[in-house]
Amino acid sequence: MTNSFALRAALVSVLLFLAFILAWQLAIRASGPVQQMDPEYAKLMGASATQGKSAMPGPLEVGAKIWDHLRDPFYDRGSNDKGLGIQLAYSIARVMAGYLLAVAVAIPIGFLIGMSPLMSRALDPFIQVLKPISPLAWMPLALYTIKDSALSAVFVIFICSLWPMLINTAFGVASIRGEWLNVARTLEVGVFRRAFTIVLPAAAPTILTGMRISIGIAWLVIVAAEMLVGGTGIGYFVWNEWNNLSITNVITAILVIGVVGMALDQVLARLTRLVTFPE
Amino acid sequence: MSADHFISIEGITRRFPVGDGGETTVFEDLWLAMRRGEFTCIIGHSGCGKTTVLNILAGLDQPSAGTVIVDNQEIAGPSLDRAVIFQSHALLPWRSVLGNVAYAVASKWRRWPRAEIEAHARKFIDLVGLAGAEAKRPAELSGGMKQRVGIARALAIEPKIMLMDEPFSALDALTRGTLQDEVRRICLETGQTVFMITHDVDEAIYLADRIILMTNGPNAVFAEIVDNPLPKDRSRTDFHRHALYYGVRNHIIDFLVTRSRGFAAEADAFDRRRVPIVRPGVPEPMIASGRKPARARPVTPPRSDLHVEGETP
Repeated sequence: MTNSFALRAALVSVLLFLAFILAWQLAIRASGPVQQMDPEYAKLMGASATQGKSAMPGPLEVGAKIWDHLRDPFYDRGSNDKGLGIQLAYSIARVMAGYLLAVAVAIPIGFLIGMSPLMSRALDPFIQVLKPISPLAWMPLALYTIKDSALSAVFVIFICSLWPMLINTAFGVASIRGEWLNVARTLEVGVFRRAFTIVLPAAAPTILTGMRISIGIAWLVIVAAEMLVGGTGIGYFVWNEWNNLSITNVITAILVIGVVGMALDQVLARLTRLVTFPE
Repeated sequence: MSADHFISIEGITRRFPVGDGGETTVFEDLWLAMRRGEFTCIIGHSGCGKTTVLNILAGLDQPSAGTVIVDNQEIAGPSLDRAVIFQSHALLPWRSVLGNVAYAVASKWRRWPRAEIEAHARKFIDLVGLAGAEAKRPAELSGGMKQRVGIARALAIEPKIMLMDEPFSALDALTRGTLQDEVRRICLETGQTVFMITHDVDEAIYLADRIILMTNGPNAVFAEIVDNPLPKDRSRTDFHRHALYYGVRNHIIDFLVTRSRGFAAEADAFDRRRVPIVRPGVPEPMIASGRKPARARPVTPPRSDLHVEGETP
């Protein structure tokens, strides 16, 4: 039953994919009017004007491009022509640096807020004001203060991944069942042992959910941040290929961003399942 | 002195603040003494403050006035000497059965090596009949098994007192019966002192040596101490056929149904420090002389600071 269900779902997925590819192929068919012009002028005008061919690449071209990238992901031919693998590695490294920094800050502060109603009240106005700020709005300030574009991107990732983790940790810690804390009290468990053996495992599923939201946001923001700071990374790659008018590369990059984002999310989902306990 | 006053509740009062600055008094000036190795049940309507009394004994709550002395020491907070069995079992769901019991053992004996902790925990898991289920998570256990783990966890730290807050109320009748047997067996074997809250009159009669009747709140009091006249070696299958069973049962139910509400009316000369002790169903000399008591009458408390009844022949 479940087997055939999965099979049917997969079948529908494949059909939808084929339909999409077909629609794509049809949409970029040569259909525009072909003008007669001077051959010298035609060279300047490109294929869309001379042959009526769409500037948008077809699925086959994109597929071929992806294959190229997969065969040689780590080439390096100067600052404006690096392999997709290298660009991704830069982006992932920045995301990880900013994200782990945010974990190191958000979880202890979240614990503090969750355990102390006073600190929760006191910090609440700051969190409420800082949370809705678009992370990119910090960019000029970061560039001015840090004076390093790569580090500024890391800072932007840090600031955008901070809030979901902070809020989820505080919520998870604050909403621990009183009876578990009472168990710890009747067993005369000390503060640190209680934090690690009762509070942390009890709040872990909520904390991990916050971490999962954060990694998603971080991966969204890194593309925009790298478009601004330039130099390396998948966001810069997208912008650079746009300037090169290589729509094929842009589409390739979009797909790759999606796949990496999904992989990051799945890693966190796996970890969340690991710490979730049935009740 | 200390034999009769192993646990001594001395004039405890608990008030809670209510809206606009007022406060409500759950109970006021409660006095009670319990002996070592005694099984005490407390019975009363919901909201009378039974759980608050238990929480104060556990150290999880503080009285607004008064004090509780256990084994000559004033209670100053939760302690490993007093184990609590929670109504909702309060097991840690991310730990296995063994993990839950071992957590308590490791909390008591912090320097023990892991192997010793686990061996000690297993001993108590065996005692409650859960051998073989050590690796299971609480979610995989039935309600009765979860409560067994709770009992094993409480016993494993070898406490001076066990405090039980309606431990069996969430269980089906059959499981409840088995667990009552187990608890009674274990308590008799180990001489454990127990203070238990219950709503179940039969449970109280089966398990308890003495049953405290508590009036309705607010301003609840311990109205009477019912000294259980049933023999110590009673069994669950036939204790309700004992000649004195209905006397005790009717006395408690009469209290719960009528007297618990209007107790203030009876309380003119009521001495909170000497809660009357009654032995319902025990023939009293006055019956022989032709006077018929309407109900069981209080045994006159002996003259002492705190009333504790002497051994009745």
